[in-house]
Amino acid sequence: MGTVPSALKHCLSYQHLLKEQLWIGEPAAPPPAESQASGLPEYIKIVEVGPRDGLQNEKVIVPTDIKIELINRLSKTGLPAIEVTSFVSSKWVPQMADHKEVMRGIERHPGVQYPVLTPNLQGFHSAVSIAAGATEVSVFGAASESFSKMNINCSIEESIEKFEEIAKSARNMDIPVRGYVSCALGCPYEGNIIPAKVAEVSKRLYSMGCYEISLGDTIGVGTPGSMKRMLEAVMKEIPLSALAVHCHDTYGQALANILTAIQMGVAVVDSSVAGLGGCPYAKGATGNVATEDVIYMLNGLGINTGVNLYTVMETGNFICTALNKKTNSKVAQASFNTGTIH
Amino acid sequence: NEKNVVPTAVKINLINMLSETGLQVIEATSFVSPKWVPQMADHTEVMQGINKLPGISYPVLTPNLKGFQAAVAAGAKEVSIFGAASELFTKKNINCSIEESLERFDEVMAAARAASIPVRGYVSCVLGCPYEGKISAAKVAEVSKKMYSMGCYEISLGDTIGIGTPGSMKEMLTAVMKEVPVGALAVHCHDTYGQALANILVALQMGVSVVDASVAGLGGCPYAQGASGNVATEDLVYMLNGLGIHTGVDLQKLMDTGTFICNALNRRTNSKVSQASCRL
Repeated sequence: MGTVPSALKHCLSYQHLLKEQLWIGEPAAPPPAESQASGLPEYIKIVEVGPRDGLQNEKVIVPTDIKIELINRLSKTGLPAIEVTSFVSSKWVPQMADHKEVMRGIERHPGVQYPVLTPNLQGFHSAVSIAAGATEVSVFGAASESFSKMNINCSIEESIEKFEEIAKSARNMDIPVRGYVSCALGCPYEGNIIPAKVAEVSKRLYSMGCYEISLGDTIGVGTPGSMKRMLEAVMKEIPLSALAVHCHDTYGQALANILTAIQMGVAVVDSSVAGLGGCPYAKGATGNVATEDVIYMLNGLGINTGVNLYTVMETGNFICTALNKKTNSKVAQASFNTGTIH
Repeated sequence: NEKNVVPTAVKINLINMLSETGLQVIEATSFVSPKWVPQMADHTEVMQGINKLPGISYPVLTPNLKGFQAAVAAGAKEVSIFGAASELFTKKNINCSIEESLERFDEVMAAARAASIPVRGYVSCVLGCPYEGKISAAKVAEVSKKMYSMGCYEISLGDTIGIGTPGSMKEMLTAVMKEVPVGALAVHCHDTYGQALANILVALQMGVSVVDASVAGLGGCPYAQGASGNVATEDLVYMLNGLGIHTGVDLQKLMDTGTFICNALNRRTNSKVSQASCRL
């Protein structure tokens, strides 16, 4: 729009621009009245899934030391939870074969949670063994029978039974369990998923002892409309404080969907540094929403996250350089002059 | 804001394809001097070459009276003028103050009134300026009010560098809506920081019902090298469809149009909906 300027070099540098806007750098002390008056949570917990969900969906196998460095850098950004790895058979997920080495190699910062995926009891025992030392685990359910069958070769009911075994063992060891519900807004095989089904599966996971239920828009097809309807159904069964949203940006809807969720009071959001992780169901498409872009939005809303956006961007830059790929974060693209790392 | 100069025939085809999608308003070209914007040098040929379907408006930019006269001569039935909420942006862009820029538009407004031609007003930098940084909501309201009082039937509020968030969008709209009726407001969000759809959602929640977008997200950002600019129409329509909001636009035809122009420009689409839908 308008005339293209010739004075590009006179523009404020991105650091100046963003710092001035208090949307970057140290977590700004937000005027609490502002976010409260708007009905939004004052604080939102960001669960960083880049090292697990992100890397699992990247084609290149990442060396163990790079994974460890990624997680160590993330630990210094203020992120309260970082999903480290998955105790799944390396036959199924070669990217996560080094789960024990990664767990042993990372620094554990006080105040930061380091959950790991445990698809079954065997994985759970391996995760919590002295060798690995996991102190929090996650289990993955789905709101779609077809997806459950294709992904883990059993029905939703059978998968719930497996998770109940894990939850029981975890309870005995005082280990918190986070529950994920995939396909909450649509399934690559079944298409439309009814909110009541999402509520039903969420309730099963919550009842067995999962402290938090992360509702995943696995293929990113959701919109603020379907997000609202799904959350309304789930909120009848699960307290708001136990809910999280895990939005994929495959159709560009993630931030709008997250905004809808937080307007409804959800205060936990999953995201992935640099938007790591493509979508296995739509070739060439993106997957996870970028942590940088989420934090940028939350900062602008005056919502506290405790996370330093600069350091997340730097971490994103590190992993993209290591993976020789372009970041999926628009904030990072706009902020680093070169844009691409090639 | 695309680097390659696009052949006239391709532009005409693009507009013709857009006319078939159900879109009701398609900004066709700009009657600006080709010295400043070479991409728009063929404005007259484009205006005369496109199929003008009934019920569809084809506004054109007219930065001054000369441009307005040329536009009308070429058959334009609606024009747009560009103001800004930032003094420094106005100075760097058109070498005068905001006040002076609006005075220049007085001539255009008078001529448009005489010819019964509707004028749309744009306000740039509503959520931030690449030179000044923060822009006060009160300033945006002031400039919007001036342009509305001058006779613009609609004011399109542009987040020129895409720096806004739902927070600043809300604050800005609250101020503007005190001066201009919401029915006369539009939002023009850039997706440079990935905030566009969230910002548009907030605007819709506040009652705005006109949204600017660009097929395939055409147009980079001249202020952030390598970054994206306009929000993609496909992604916007996808969200509105999901919200049950009627637009009259056929998403598939829109995506086909996006595919056409990206092939012609030999570039990748900026629309995520298009990227996800590609089976290749």
